Amino acid sequence: MRMSEILIKNANVCDPAQGINCETMDLCIRDGKIVESVSESAKVIDAAGRLTMAGGFDGHTHSAGKINVGRFMNPNDARRTLVPGLSGPEAMTEKTRAQVGYNTPNTYAIGYRYAKLGYTTICEAAIPMLAARHTHEEFKEIPILDKMGLSLFGSNWQVMEYIRDKEPEKLAAYVAWGLKASRGYGVKIVNAGGGEAWGWGKNVSGLYDPVPNFDVTPAEILMGLAEANEKLQLPHSVHVHCNNLGKPGNYETTIETMKMFEKVKPVVDRQALHVTHVQFNAYAGTSWRDFETGAPMVADYLNGANHLTFDLGQVIFGPAVTMTADGPVEYANSRMLHEKWSNQDIELEDASGVVPLSYSPKSFINAVQWAIGIELALLVEDPWKIMFTTDSPNGGSFVNYPEAFTYLMSAKKREQVISGFGKMALDRMVLPGLDRELSFYELAIMTRSMQSKMYSRPEKGNLKVGSDADVAIYDIITSDIDPSVEHEKVKQAFSGAAYTLKDGKVVVKDGKIEATPMGRTYWVNAKVPADIDSAMNKDTDIKFKKYYTVSKSNYMVEDSYLPNPVEISTEGEF
Amino acid sequence: MPVIKDAVCSLCGSLCDDITVTVEDNKITKIENACILGHSKFVGMFEHDRIENPMIRKDGELVPVPYEEAIEAAAKILVNSRRTLSYGWCSTSCEAIAKAIQLAEETGSLIDSTANVCHGPSALAAQEKGSPGASLGVIKNRADLIVFWGCNPVHAHPRHMSRYSSFSKGFFSTKGRKGRKMVVIDVRKTDTAKLADKYVEIEQGSDLLLITALRSAVNGHEDVIPETVAGISKEEILELAENLKNAQFSCIFFGMGVTQSRSKYKNGDGVSSLISDLNQHTKSVMIGMRGHYNVTGFGQVATWETGFPMAIDFARGFPYYNPGETGANDVLVREEADAAIISAADPGAHFPQKAVRHLAKIPVIQIDPYANPTTEIADVVIPAAVVGIEAEGTAYRMDAIPLRMKKLIDTEFKTDEQIAKDLIAKVRELKEGA
Repeated sequence: MRMSEILIKNANVCDPAQGINCETMDLCIRDGKIVESVSESAKVIDAAGRLTMAGGFDGHTHSAGKINVGRFMNPNDARRTLVPGLSGPEAMTEKTRAQVGYNTPNTYAIGYRYAKLGYTTICEAAIPMLAARHTHEEFKEIPILDKMGLSLFGSNWQVMEYIRDKEPEKLAAYVAWGLKASRGYGVKIVNAGGGEAWGWGKNVSGLYDPVPNFDVTPAEILMGLAEANEKLQLPHSVHVHCNNLGKPGNYETTIETMKMFEKVKPVVDRQALHVTHVQFNAYAGTSWRDFETGAPMVADYLNGANHLTFDLGQVIFGPAVTMTADGPVEYANSRMLHEKWSNQDIELEDASGVVPLSYSPKSFINAVQWAIGIELALLVEDPWKIMFTTDSPNGGSFVNYPEAFTYLMSAKKREQVISGFGKMALDRMVLPGLDRELSFYELAIMTRSMQSKMYSRPEKGNLKVGSDADVAIYDIITSDIDPSVEHEKVKQAFSGAAYTLKDGKVVVKDGKIEATPMGRTYWVNAKVPADIDSAMNKDTDIKFKKYYTVSKSNYMVEDSYLPNPVEISTEGEF
Repeated sequence: MPVIKDAVCSLCGSLCDDITVTVEDNKITKIENACILGHSKFVGMFEHDRIENPMIRKDGELVPVPYEEAIEAAAKILVNSRRTLSYGWCSTSCEAIAKAIQLAEETGSLIDSTANVCHGPSALAAQEKGSPGASLGVIKNRADLIVFWGCNPVHAHPRHMSRYSSFSKGFFSTKGRKGRKMVVIDVRKTDTAKLADKYVEIEQGSDLLLITALRSAVNGHEDVIPETVAGISKEEILELAENLKNAQFSCIFFGMGVTQSRSKYKNGDGVSSLISDLNQHTKSVMIGMRGHYNVTGFGQVATWETGFPMAIDFARGFPYYNPGETGANDVLVREEADAAIISAADPGAHFPQKAVRHLAKIPVIQIDPYANPTTEIADVVIPAAVVGIEAEGTAYRMDAIPLRMKKLIDTEFKTDEQIAKDLIAKVRELKEGA
């Protein structure tokens, strides 16, 4: 095979993983990897001093699986064109399939639009294992991007029984089996125990509420799975959607959860816990009447803690679609907002719901929610703890990322938005008093570099020699621009990369799709001693025989669903 | 003698995945666990008349031709058409459906599924009010009250009640049928109704009235309910509402008696609203009793590929959706379609007369393993392998759980997926040559 070589000249590189802060240099690419040097015959791309980063990595997005329920119940979304060039209907071209949608784009649009933003990797944050084939079927139709998914374990009967019966080794073996069966990358826990309680129309109220009929508490589920996660030496920590999401006063549960993980010792060089979409879990007050930001308290804790990472779940004003395995929350949302409601409980495993809504700056609650995400990003000092997300499309669609970047980089831009808020909203937030403005360097950490460590993917999110040649060049000359003032220019540049390269191939040029190669799917195969595996399998055999409606042999996702798989093997410590 | 276990039955939306099949000399000689419908599908492979060859209508007669010739003739019809209807695709694999959608996209066609005459209104209801459901095992393990409304699983989904619902035993429902109440709401006393604890004989077309009355009762507004609604006494309605409220976990399974009777999608909208109301008191879900084994799959694939579950019009290059305007019957009754490609469905037998009359006038391409009334009006007939028997592929059960259907025996027939791929390639070739 002929070597393919590219020389990106005059790149203004911002690569926090190497401590490179907007330095102009050349980047060399051979056969899809960053290399030291290339031959003279290399194809040359002149970056002309423009801002150059590793490909973006969205580590928490809902882009395959239940997003289809969102599409199904909201055909109106397909025609929305709120962000020009990144939403709405587009006819097929020679290079692209037809596109529709805003919050819930069709699969092709998801691939093209992330690539236009300079993103090259995504992690679908919730795979219901019994329906895992569906996630992978959608993955197959999302072009360009590399993908991974997190499998749901937080209300799983087998998990809860092993924790109750104090069988940590079998629990670890089950987690390994579940990841293999669903071709998942890590352990997701949503409202631990709440999914099972929702099986009876109920919920758990906090970390120490017993799960009906299973004699375990959410705290025990969280700790049990964290222990299994470390026993298996998984590349990612447990990925936790805290209990009490969306409820005023929940910041206390959130901090309590974070504190509990101080005792978890990670066996891999990464965090012990990732807490997701913290905006939805940093609420103070006792009801929606006295609702106010809890971000300062959460940030205060985070500033003193070094065992965890989190993501924002930033709110974007306008229509959104909430979708989560937190079944009871979605029912509550639909009743409170008088909105349509879809629900899908999965036997023995988990729950889920989907509810569309709209965030309005006129609503003081929504305004405060909007502020909390930004407050978290600005109040937490170390950007290496923070992943930027909107929990797409829960807080808003990923196509709004460039808009949201300007909130973080420009106090003036924030003032513009805040000036539309009522007094009641302003009284409940601390954002107007924050003048911190993030740099491109800090933004690069939050959108690509920290993900590399958080997911133990050293070849992703950075431009080190040996890394994947996923590169984004934005039409920004950092020495000539003041992002705190020229926020519209920043937004425009991030909305359509000058170049996006995926594995050294130009996939976007001047904001247009150039090529649509098929990305990889990462999954984790954790090795477990044969005797423990066999004992665990005897238990699952009974579960399948008596309670599942699908045969065990038909449960495992077959190889054919992963056209370009990357198997990450780990050796469990038993 | 290969014995294949846990094969997935590709007949109805129950998608039973515990079928044991014995194959001898590339023939299925024994089928275990399948119901009478599933059994007849497996054995029917050899007993029914297969379309043995690709065929093209010449001088009024269908004459055998090689695959290549049929593909070319079909592609010519597609390229020369200004308004093609692509219809069916519900008794085939998701992989074939994805290719059918790509073909529709590349030919600017309108593509619709059999939901057009079945559960299409359920999709509209979900768009109006959402769809609070669960996987079938949730019902098996938890439900203590099951309602079958406008459906007759004894005949349409014969193993449903034993595998998933009325008779099944589960984690919290250890007594099976003895531990749960079964209600049937229907216009006639079906064989399912005969098995019920309670049969509610509703007047034809009055489902929405009964749903509304039940909602009134559940929400504490019994004073507005007249003495009789939909032919049911107020007393009976209040009792049913109490049963629903007092159940620990209830599921309303609804069929075409609900989706295709008067009020159409408003019935599903009403059921969804009723479920939402019931969850104020207890846990309740709804599940549509889908007929074709992969009609749910069409909805899934179409939704992720195009944003819409059915009735997708690519005339503008991007997907456009407006059921009532862009449904299969809409374009036929308006005599708008000037060609049709029909796969894994039989509009010749199931569409209204006016639609069939128009179909008979325009060039029709049929892709199917078996001859059916649509064959009589087809101009190009392309035989296909039977998915789940001669070809593998994905199908979605009525509760949207995807399963991998197995290939059990070898065949010379092309798969639907391959035929669609061949058509895409040939259409591209013809377009470039034009």
